[in-house]
Amino acid sequence: MLKSKKGQPFYKDFWFWVKILIFVVFLLFLVYPFYTLVVNSFFSTKAEGLTLYNFQRFFQKKYYYQALGNSLKISLIPTLISVLIGVPMAYLQTRFNIAAKTFWHVLIILSLMCPPFLGAYSWIILFGNAGLVTQFLTNLFGFQMPSIYGQGGICAVFTLKLFPYVYLYVSGAMGSIDRSVEECAENLGSGKLRRLITVTVPVVMPSIAAGALMVFMTALADYGTPGILAGGDFRTLPTLIYNEYLSETGGNANLASAISMIIVIISLLILFIQKAWVARKNYTMSALRPPQITEYHGIKRFWVTLPVALVALIAFIPQTVVVLCSFVKTNYSNFVFEEGFTFEHYAELGRSLTSQISNTFVYSTVAIIFILILGILMSYVIIRRRGKTGGALDMLMMAPYVIPGSVLGLCYIVAFNYLGRTPDGTVIKLTGTAAIIIISMIIRKMPYTVRSGSAYLLQMDPSVEEASINLGVSPMKTFIKVTARLMLPGVLSGAIISWVTCINELSTSIMLYTGKTMTITIAAYTNIVRNSVGTGAALASILTITSGVLLIIVFRASKGKVSFV
Amino acid sequence: MSHAVIVDHAVKTYGDFTAVNGISLTINPGEFFTLLGPSGCGKTTLLRMIAGFNTVDGGEIRFDDKVINNVPAHKRDIGMVFQNYAIFPHLNVAENVAYGLKARHVPKDQIPPRVEEALKMVQIDQLKTRKPNELSGGQQQRVALARAFVIEPSVLLMDEPLSNLDAKLRVQMRTTIKKLQRRLGITTVYVTHDQEEALAISDRIAVMNQGNIMQIGSPEEIYRKPANPFVANFIGVSNFVDCSARTEAGQAEVRLPGDYSIKIPVSRDYEGEVILSARPEQLFFDEKGIPGKINMSIFLGDFVQYEVELATGQVIELNEYTKDVDSIRADGESVHISMNPLQVSLYEKESKEVLSC
Repeated sequence: MLKSKKGQPFYKDFWFWVKILIFVVFLLFLVYPFYTLVVNSFFSTKAEGLTLYNFQRFFQKKYYYQALGNSLKISLIPTLISVLIGVPMAYLQTRFNIAAKTFWHVLIILSLMCPPFLGAYSWIILFGNAGLVTQFLTNLFGFQMPSIYGQGGICAVFTLKLFPYVYLYVSGAMGSIDRSVEECAENLGSGKLRRLITVTVPVVMPSIAAGALMVFMTALADYGTPGILAGGDFRTLPTLIYNEYLSETGGNANLASAISMIIVIISLLILFIQKAWVARKNYTMSALRPPQITEYHGIKRFWVTLPVALVALIAFIPQTVVVLCSFVKTNYSNFVFEEGFTFEHYAELGRSLTSQISNTFVYSTVAIIFILILGILMSYVIIRRRGKTGGALDMLMMAPYVIPGSVLGLCYIVAFNYLGRTPDGTVIKLTGTAAIIIISMIIRKMPYTVRSGSAYLLQMDPSVEEASINLGVSPMKTFIKVTARLMLPGVLSGAIISWVTCINELSTSIMLYTGKTMTITIAAYTNIVRNSVGTGAALASILTITSGVLLIIVFRASKGKVSFV
Repeated sequence: MSHAVIVDHAVKTYGDFTAVNGISLTINPGEFFTLLGPSGCGKTTLLRMIAGFNTVDGGEIRFDDKVINNVPAHKRDIGMVFQNYAIFPHLNVAENVAYGLKARHVPKDQIPPRVEEALKMVQIDQLKTRKPNELSGGQQQRVALARAFVIEPSVLLMDEPLSNLDAKLRVQMRTTIKKLQRRLGITTVYVTHDQEEALAISDRIAVMNQGNIMQIGSPEEIYRKPANPFVANFIGVSNFVDCSARTEAGQAEVRLPGDYSIKIPVSRDYEGEVILSARPEQLFFDEKGIPGKINMSIFLGDFVQYEVELATGQVIELNEYTKDVDSIRADGESVHISMNPLQVSLYEKESKEVLSC
């Protein structure tokens, strides 16, 4: 029998094996692939042994280092604007009786949950060189729209798509400030605006920082939007990785690995800066009395509702446009819509894209089953059996934020392209299989489930489990009969969000797919890139509507309490 | 069949902090035994060690002569009542009570009658199909109780089971618990920080402080003969007066302020600084005694509580029963305080060990 350091027997209970299982999963599919990527970045076909050649090349050639600058620009600018939009939105929504408040809230959540490239795509439909609005303005007024392509367009799309992160974090925090804190400030002689600047905003600062971090990370990691809106030679790090590795002119996995390392390092740096900054100003507050909601009537109410409605509607335009376009006749040779209503695009899906559609649903469903099981177990370990292992798992959960999807895709390609040979000489590999796409979904999208599950578990009294054990039910059976059963509502709502993000996943699967394992997002993306607008729109509509329905279900079931970020 | 619970030099540490510091005690079969102490004294930690939710870092815990240190919690055959009831929120009352029986593979046809009987004992058999969120705190407590004893455990543990109930219900439930325990004869270990509750309910009490046992005894013993000033002050209220003593022939001559001295029977010879401990109701006004002045009086119905300031500046509390006197003394009145030497306690000042017998 093993002995712990205190001389007591160390019996390996159920949770010991669970921890082992979870660690093995993460070691195999996160730590090991990432390790191979790191190793890969220090090798080159152009130099012998360990070398910094890739990094030197990156920082010497403008073609490469320009992409770094671009990436930083298209991440920082949307982050700043998102804060400027998200914070006032949150303030209005939590402090005033906005008309149709929940409706705007749900619209904003929905706009966050679609793949970013859809935003890019619908802005092209509207404002592209041959876009509806562009043509309308040109024909009518001879007015020339500024180009949607390039840096400005990308920033606009990211901002509209990602400000909900700031909005959701901050409105959560603003809703839980105890009324007395603000009343106290008022009592001390602060006016409304002064109170907002000197008390409310500083108190929610950590949430603003958390939201801003999410915007930055997502923008930095996104492949689809710059992929569609790049125009000319505007490159970002994720598009560079894709091009370097998969370009037809002969890919270079070593250089792509080095670029991946650079993204990960930037993400880590930003993450640490944010953490260090927030650590100094973290306030815990228990809102015994939620903040007062100002009741306006008539024209005043209209004026506070208007900005919220406008922003929510603009943010929701991509989904609306995409669904509408899926029913409009298109002229394939041109990027032009003809007049008239049609189901043709959907018929086209039925003819040639059924496998993509079924792939999406099969992969995401399989992934979600694993996510559910692992997610429940992981939430439990992190909250109830924390120790060193629980803490380490909590750290690993941050990985998907730091490692962009396209980088994880590259990690998998590098690590699982060759696993050995069968006796008859065929190469055993994981790449190209459905399994690898499913695994990438599990690793990247599990955090939603774990976070939702652990938040739920944190509020559960541990003595309920002890009561069961005490009555003679083993810890494992107790977990199944009591704990898991009670955690289910929390875990399920998290799992649905994981599911929605799995369905909309693009950046990893675009690195890993083959003809047979193509999903809806990839098909939609490639169709859009190839200007098959109608088919792309129909595919995207399926994603949008499925996601919307699922999210509304979660929102309803959890009475709006689930965390979407 | 109930068992003896033997705690033999049990130790529990959290890092540098020793929560349970080598405690030894023997709980007899069928006994109602209470661990009493202020919060953080280690009483709940010890109870959870017996339950198997805390590891035993040193020493042994035995049920009769079987060492249970390494028996997992679910195999210890213990019933436990938790402070916040820990009712399974997804099961109704009957299912909650049946839970432990099912785990023990009690034949299916025997489960409903046993559940019924247990619920009758705690007088909630009419609530069988209710869900926990439809029950009051007192009703939930009864479910927790029924669920713990229906499995006929060899030992019953209760962790401050009444602390979440209102005062009236608390008194009512403690009577219910005591009667039930008598009737079932299960060895019971009860944890509380409420000394009145402990006195009311227990056969024996272990008073704990900072991971150590300060005294074990019947409620009467620990009240009448506290083994040290801590117990004297934790159980009830005690006045402590520093003074000096000298023993002769089993009698200590204690020199009190104001040239007043009394003789207290002691168990051993001692000469030096001592602490005299006397409860407010053990003191009375007399012709002779320690001189003082009444600061304030509080009329509490059945007794009057006086605050008497001695010449040394020390304030002494003295209770006088309303039925024994005709009037309340005025503030500022000069008085003399005396006591029955057979009732008060005497401790060595340095070691805090008891001298009086």
